[in-house]
Order: sequence, then structure tokens, then C-alpha cells
Amino acid sequence: MRDDLQLISDWIPRNATLLDLGCGDGTLLAHLKAHKQTAGYGLEINQDNLAACFEKGVNVLEQDLDGGLGNFQDHRFDYVVMTQALQAVLRPDQILNEMVRVGREAIITFPNFGHWKVRAYLGLKGRMPVSSALPYEWYNTPNIHLCTVQDFETHCRKHGIRILERQVINRNHRTSMLSKWWPNLFGEIAIYRVTV
Amino acid sequence: MSQQNSDVLPHAAAGSVGLIEPQVHHFDTPLELECGRTLPTYDLVYETYGTLNSDASNAVLICHALSGHHHAAGYHRPDDKRPGWWDTCIGPGKVIDTDRFFVVSLNNLGGCHGSTGPASLNPETGQPWGPDFPMMTVKDWVNSQARLADVLGIQRWAAVIGGSMGGMQALQWSIDYPERLSHAVVIAAAPKLSAQNIAFNEVARQSILTDPNFHGGRYYLHDTYPRQGLILARMVGHITYLSDDAMRMKFGRDLRAGRFHFGFDVEFQVESYLRHQGEVFSRNFDANTYLLMTKALDYFDPAREFDHSLEQALAKPSCNFLVMSFTSDWRFAPERSREIVNGLVHAGRNVSYAEIDTPKGHDAFLLDIPEYTKLFGAYMHRVANEVENSANETENRTEHGEAGNHA
Repeated sequence: MRDDLQLISDWIPRNATLLDLGCGDGTLLAHLKAHKQTAGYGLEINQDNLAACFEKGVNVLEQDLDGGLGNFQDHRFDYVVMTQALQAVLRPDQILNEMVRVGREAIITFPNFGHWKVRAYLGLKGRMPVSSALPYEWYNTPNIHLCTVQDFETHCRKHGIRILERQVINRNHRTSMLSKWWPNLFGEIAIYRVTV
Repeated sequence: MSQQNSDVLPHAAAGSVGLIEPQVHHFDTPLELECGRTLPTYDLVYETYGTLNSDASNAVLICHALSGHHHAAGYHRPDDKRPGWWDTCIGPGKVIDTDRFFVVSLNNLGGCHGSTGPASLNPETGQPWGPDFPMMTVKDWVNSQARLADVLGIQRWAAVIGGSMGGMQALQWSIDYPERLSHAVVIAAAPKLSAQNIAFNEVARQSILTDPNFHGGRYYLHDTYPRQGLILARMVGHITYLSDDAMRMKFGRDLRAGRFHFGFDVEFQVESYLRHQGEVFSRNFDANTYLLMTKALDYFDPAREFDHSLEQALAKPSCNFLVMSFTSDWRFAPERSREIVNGLVHAGRNVSYAEIDTPKGHDAFLLDIPEYTKLFGAYMHRVANEVENSANETENRTEHGEAGNHA
């Protein structure tokens, strides 16, 4: 399992209920179901991923995140998780609000556009950054709302979203001293636990 | 070689369950119906495909739609032109894999393909039941299906599966017999009919009821049947089974003779198609059954018993659900399936949902659409794995138990 998924699963207590937005092939949900007896659903639109979830016995609903989460009641879940999808939705601010409405807490991971390599790529090459965390070209990228660690934290502060925990990791999914001190410069992937 | 291949009769081809002999079970225990009446005795005709395993845990029930019947897969005779109505899905290696599942498919009560229905003889009068046949509901069907399960020695279905009206039966199963199924597969269905759905059904019924050959439903005694009414009923129904896109792709505005005749005979291909569908249907379907089945659809509303709360109705089921819909289905549109899904999510049930992107309309559930086959297949694969794993566990436990005793 991906290390960021491992980090998230460490944050989630036994018997929690959760909603995983853009749950992919259901790895996280299956892992949590088996090891922490969690219950919940994934939302996904990719057919191959849906099929993989079906095979795994993970509850998955075909639902586009851009349509919102209006079909879920307030505080229906203990946790609403969204890994690496914030930057791909039409309105990240709205989905964030929905996440903290539907879940008691929300867990979000995204690629940090403030990482020094990204800055250097754009600054020195003068071209849109392509990296292992951001492997697309400007014209075919699904990542339409990239943000930095600072952008995210400023947004949360402005909109009354409380940050409970933050982990910033590098490409190898490790935390380093540098990324602890200067997360916006040395973190490649940011992981947050938030609530209202 | 290719010559030889084309000589292979379809029933002998790989992926077919082959030649099938329908079976009939006669029930002597009266069945109390939702309408308050009782059916004293009745027959159910059914087919089975595959082999029931030793602990009877691999059984799957297929529930049919409005005009369906027990013949879901395979062929009755070697020269049959067409296989059962869901042969695309049922067979060795197919989505509902008969190498792994024991599949049961029946004709519902009130039907006209062998199970007791309006055309059967009323034992009290010795005449066909006709309009005196009691009104059936989805709940009644599920009760009768549970009795068939008893007869076949099936305590618990691995899955109850159905499309359209069949999906409604699967949903009703989960509510009425929560302990008797592990999975409910609800395809292209709705938690209840909309006013528009009922309106279309009413047009179909009126066309039958007002046919001069209907004779108040006692047409059997007049040696006739409301042919024109049935044709019309099927024509209007058929429109709702296809989508605007499907009709455009299939017929467009194509003319049969290539030019206008300025009359009311068949000119457009779509007219010809609808009339043909109606004709064929009218020859093979009983008008009273059609009335009864559409009415059962109209009455279906499991939330009604639960203060009109679908969430409360769905608090009882303990099985896992797969709900599927088709984007171009406007008879039971994806929104209707999502109502079921939301009810299940609110009730905290295990549910998965897929929306298949296709222009084929409501009838898509009967077709071999790659995306549909893949997702449905993946789910059924899981169901089969669960059945086989739990069978292995039981076996292991028994072995361990014996080893322990010896020690």
C-alpha cells in the first residue's frame, strides 16, 4: 500500500465510518475494513476502479465529486477522506466545505505545488512543471486547481476550517527535517486532518 | 473449419446452458395475498441451470420483468431460433456463471407461461380465472418464490437478481426475507413508480380494456383475445424501453418504400418496427396477465408500509446490494436508482452502485454492453468467491474438528 495511505490509516481509529472520495481501486477502504473493521463507501467514476472495488467487496458508488455530496446527511461519517483529488475537482473550496459537513473530520492529501523542484522547474525552465507527483503535461492534466501548503492553510484559516494534524512527505513518502521546518518548500505531498 | 463451426447448433455452443427442460411444482398450501384473498392451490413453472452445491449455498434467483418468464437461458428445442431472455448473462463462464452458481428462474404467479395465472382454470368453476384471478403484488411474488426456495432446499440465496420489475422483486426480498439472501442485485429499477410511469401503464391497460374482443376479461370463453389492445399496449410500452437516441440510431426517419405515400399505412421504419413488436407480443402474451403485471408495478412501494420512509424500509435488510442503472433509461432513470442507493446509504447498508453509459435505454439491462458485463461480472465474481471460500472454511473446520476428536 502507498505510504500516504498507510499514514492515513494510522489516523483512523477502529470501527470508524468513512467516505473515501475518489477511492480508486478501493485499496484504502479494503485495508481499513480488514484491519480496523471500518464501514463506509468509496466514490469513484472510473469503470476499472469500480470493477476493482466490486471484486474486493468494497462498497463503492459511482458518483462525480463535482456534483457535490448533497446525498449524504450532515455528520453521516466519522471521516471523509480525499487522497490526491482536491486539485482535480472543479471547486476545491466547495468540496472541502462538503467534506467537513458530511464528516466529523476530513482527511485530505494533495501534491504541494510549492515544492522547491516545482518552483525551480517553472522558474528556471520557464515551463509547466512535470514530476513524479505531477506526471502530466499542461494540456492533458486532470490537475486543474493546484495549490501550495500555504495556499491550503490560508484557505482553511479564512473559512473556519481547523487543522488538527499535518504531515508533509517527500516523493518516497518520508518526512525529513527539512520538510518539517519548511513544509511549503520541501514537502511533495501534504496530508491534513481537518474539522470545523 | 468455419463451415463446421456454423453447423454447431447454438445450444451446443460454448457459453450456452444447452437444452433446458422446464419443471413445474404444484403447491397445495394456500397462499395468502396482499389484496386479502387467498390462492388455494397453484403451480409455478421454473428452470434451473448449473448444479446446487452440497450445502445449497450457491443458488441464485432470477426475477423476471414485466413481459418475462422462466425461460431465461438456453434452448427448449434444438431448432429454437432464440435462447432464453437473459442468455447474454447466464451460462458457463458468463456473468452469472453456471459453472459456479445454481441458477433458478421462474414464471411469476399471474403469468401466462406455465405458472398459475388468469388463463389457468379456476378449480371452483372449472372455467379460466380471467378477471377473477386475484391481483398480485411484488410482495406476493416474493412470498411464492420463498416457497419455491423451500421446495428446492435453498435456505439462503447467494444472490437474488433482477432487472426492471425483477429488480423490484430483489429489493422486496431484501426487506421481507432479510435472512434468506446474501446479495440483492437491483438493475434498472425504481423504489416505486412515478406518476408518469403509472400513466404509461394506464394507457396500455386502457387499450386492452377497451378492445371489443376483451369481453370483460372473459375472452377465453369467446374463443378470441384482445389482439389490437395488446398490440397497442406493447407499442406504447416499447417506446418507453428504448431511448430517443436508440430510436434515432436504429430507425431515424427512414422510410420503408423510400418515399411518402400520404396515407396512414406503415411508412416510417419505426412504425413498422413497433407494429411488428406489438404483433409478435400479442400472439404470445395473455392480456389479463399484462393488466395484472402492470398493476403490480403500479402498487409497488415498499416504503409505504414504513411511513413512506424508504430509509426505514431498508433498515431491515442485512444483505449486500448492487444497484445499476443506464444513463439513457428514461423509464427508470438513474435518478430512480440513486433514490434506492441513497435510502440504503442512509440506512447504513452495504451497497455499490454503477451507472452504465449507454444510449440503449431501459432495455440495456438485457444486452451485452461491455462496461455493464464487466462491472456486473466483477460483482458476481466476488459473490461466487464468497460462496466458495465459506464452503472451504466449513470443510476446514470439519476437518480440524475431526482431528481434534482423534487427539
